[in-house]
Amino acid sequence: MAPMDLTPEEKRKLSQRNWAMAGLLVAFVVLVFVVTLVQIGGNIAQRSM
Amino acid sequence: MTSGSAVSIDEGARASLAGPSDYLALLKPRVMSLVVFTALAAMIAAPGSVHPVIAVISLLCVAVGAGASGALNQWFDADIDAVMTRTRTRPIPSGLISRQAALEFGATLAFFSVFTMFFAVGHVPAMLLAATIAFYLFIYTMWLKRSTVQNIVIGGAAGALPPVIGWATVTGNAFDPAAWSLFLLIFLWTPPHFWALALAGSDDYARAGVPMLPVVKGSRSTRNQILGYTLVMSLAAVAPWALGWFGPVYGMTAAMGSLAFIALAALLWRASPESERGQALRLFAYSIFYLFALFTALAVERLVGLSPTGV
Repeated sequence: MAPMDLTPEEKRKLSQRNWAMAGLLVAFVVLVFVVTLVQIGGNIAQRSM
Repeated sequence: MTSGSAVSIDEGARASLAGPSDYLALLKPRVMSLVVFTALAAMIAAPGSVHPVIAVISLLCVAVGAGASGALNQWFDADIDAVMTRTRTRPIPSGLISRQAALEFGATLAFFSVFTMFFAVGHVPAMLLAATIAFYLFIYTMWLKRSTVQNIVIGGAAGALPPVIGWATVTGNAFDPAAWSLFLLIFLWTPPHFWALALAGSDDYARAGVPMLPVVKGSRSTRNQILGYTLVMSLAAVAPWALGWFGPVYGMTAAMGSLAFIALAALLWRASPESERGQALRLFAYSIFYLFALFTALAVERLVGLSPTGV
C-alpha cells in the first residue's frame, strides 16, 4: 500500500466518482424504501377485512 | 487512508482521470434508450396494469441491465474497440477506464439490476433480464461475435428480449405469444439494421478481424440478405395485427413503415458502388426510426383505447 501523489485533476475526478457512488447508494436505499411502501401498501389494500 | 495530497491505493491500481460521465459512456446510453423504449411500449401495450412505481423500477432495471451488458461487452472487446475508428475513443481504449474496472462495474450493475428486478418486480422479469444479460455476454460477445458471420443474427435475441421483459412486468407471463411477436420483430429487424451499418464501415470490421457479413461474404451477398430479412421482418411486423393481437394504429404503422423499409432495402440492393455507402447509412437511420415508430404506435394505440387487449 504505497501512498501516491495525485494531481489536482486526478483529485477532482476521484472526488466526482466518490460523490457519484454516494449518490447511487442513497438512491438505492430510497428505491428499497419506496418498493417496501408500495408492496406493503398493496398487501394492506388486499387483506381480508 | 488519505494524507494531504497523497492517497493510498492498492498495488497494481493507478490514478484515473475517469469521471462519472466516462462510466456512463461505458453503459452505451444510446443503445440503452432504444432498449428501454421498447420495454416501456410493451409494458403499456400489455393487458392488465402495474403500479407506476413498479413499472418505473422495472424500466430502471432494464436500463441498468442493458448498460451492464454494454460495459461487460467493452471489457471483453477492448482489443477490437481499440482498432476500430468508430469505437477507439471509448473509455477503455482511450485509457480512461481500466478493463478490470469495467469488468467490476459491469458485473456489479448486472447483479444489482437482476436482484432489484427480482425483489421489486417479480421472478419472471428477473429471470428474463438475467437471460438477456447472459446471452449478450456469453453467447454473443464471447462466442458468436468473433466466430461466425451469423453473429448479429443470433446475438440479436438479446436486444429483442426487453419487450418481453416489459410485457412480463405487467402480466407475470413469460410465454404470451403477443409479447414474443415483438421479440420476433426486433430479432428480424436486427440483421438489416446492423448489416447496413457494417456495409458503411466494413473496413473497420475487417481491420479488427470481426467476421461481419460484408467482410466475409462481400457487399452483394450482404445486400441480398438485407433485402431478404427485410421482407421476412415486414411479414412479422404486420402478422400480430392480422392475428388480432394488436389494433389498427399499430397495423397501419407497421404496414406503411415496412413498405418504406422494403423500398430503402431495394434501393440499397440495386445501388451502385459509389452510392452504396450513402444508401446503407440511409437505411440504418431509417431502421431506428422504424422501430421507434412501431413501438410508439403500439403504446399510443393502447393509451387511446384502440388496442384489442382492452384498457
